[in-house]
Amino acid sequence: MKVLTLNFLSCAVKSCKSSSDSFPLHPKDAELVSDDVELNQQLLVNLLPRIDWNALRTTSTELGFPQLPEQPPTAEELQADAKMLKDLHTLLMETQINEGKLVCGHCGHEYAVREGIANFLLPSHLV
Amino acid sequence: MLSTPSTSHVPYERVYEPAEDSFLLLDTLSSSSETAFLSQRFPSTPAQGPSSPAPLILEIGIGSGVVLAFLTAHAQALFARRDILTLGIDINRFACVATAQTVAKARPQSGSSGAGYFLGTAQGDLTSAVRPGQVDVLVFNPPYVPTAELPSLPPRLLGGDTDDKVTREKKTTYKEDSTLLALSYAGGRDGMEITERLIAALPDILSNRGVAYLLLCAQNKPDEVKGRIRGMKGGGPWRAETVGTSGKQAGWEKLQIVRIWRE
Repeated sequence: MKVLTLNFLSCAVKSCKSSSDSFPLHPKDAELVSDDVELNQQLLVNLLPRIDWNALRTTSTELGFPQLPEQPPTAEELQADAKMLKDLHTLLMETQINEGKLVCGHCGHEYAVREGIANFLLPSHLV
Repeated sequence: MLSTPSTSHVPYERVYEPAEDSFLLLDTLSSSSETAFLSQRFPSTPAQGPSSPAPLILEIGIGSGVVLAFLTAHAQALFARRDILTLGIDINRFACVATAQTVAKARPQSGSSGAGYFLGTAQGDLTSAVRPGQVDVLVFNPPYVPTAELPSLPPRLLGGDTDDKVTREKKTTYKEDSTLLALSYAGGRDGMEITERLIAALPDILSNRGVAYLLLCAQNKPDEVKGRIRGMKGGGPWRAETVGTSGKQAGWEKLQIVRIWRE
């Protein structure tokens, strides 16, 4: 799964939903792979308004990518910044989490990722 | 006519094979009324003002992946934009693996210029792992057949370390395979037990501009279901309209697609 996916997921445990610590899930022992995807500037510009930037900054740092600026760029800034475009493209659209775990910051539950597929099914005592 | 993704690689002994319901979803989502609705709901061309944010498409119960691959491969034709993100969730890990392949095979066929962006698939229970308020288009072809009981996932296939071995070596038993297929069609009382859970999650899961496409069969009592949706809390008013049908029997529609959205 692409790294961008982490911006749209949170812990599956019901009692975690109200906690801000259940998002984003934290990658652990992540093995990353990279896909070749052509850069689509329009896509990146139209992603900006819907991305939780703080969560993305956390994810980016935790995966060992260069730290993102504190504030998201505006559409105009992004369009004029070839390096920022390339960096975001690499992080969001090309990088995939292939193996590892996703950990909830609230309950500590670890979701396994195998062959690019995360497993969010819960053992019966957590449902 | 948009091409139907190939699913020849899918192990149908444990993953739902595309059938009349899957094809009704393809036909409905590519009908001129739905493509018009979707491109208006998620405008992207400068003439309509600034682009709306890139839509997130989520399919629950992907099975072979034929619907998700269709939406991904034909993004431009269906949404009048290609900056769409697609994500699939299924309780059956084999369906997650199969769908990734189905999307990969379908994407180049249509020429990369018109295709959207596939985020991946995840194993999960409906939308339990989805962050609230994010989904712009939700598609669900549920287990809708009325059954006396609801099957539960064989423990070996739930996850944990054995899951890895079982799924990698594809050493499922005949009984486990039967249960995986039952999970794809068995809907319990009125065939609605799983669908009711999904409907209850909609106010939370859908974005303000979100739209859900839900498949129902006649035994699900679709008019009552639509009535209940129209009375839902959580933003709104909620709308629920039938936008596609198939399999007319004595004046009854056997299957229908209901579009659900907030006005």
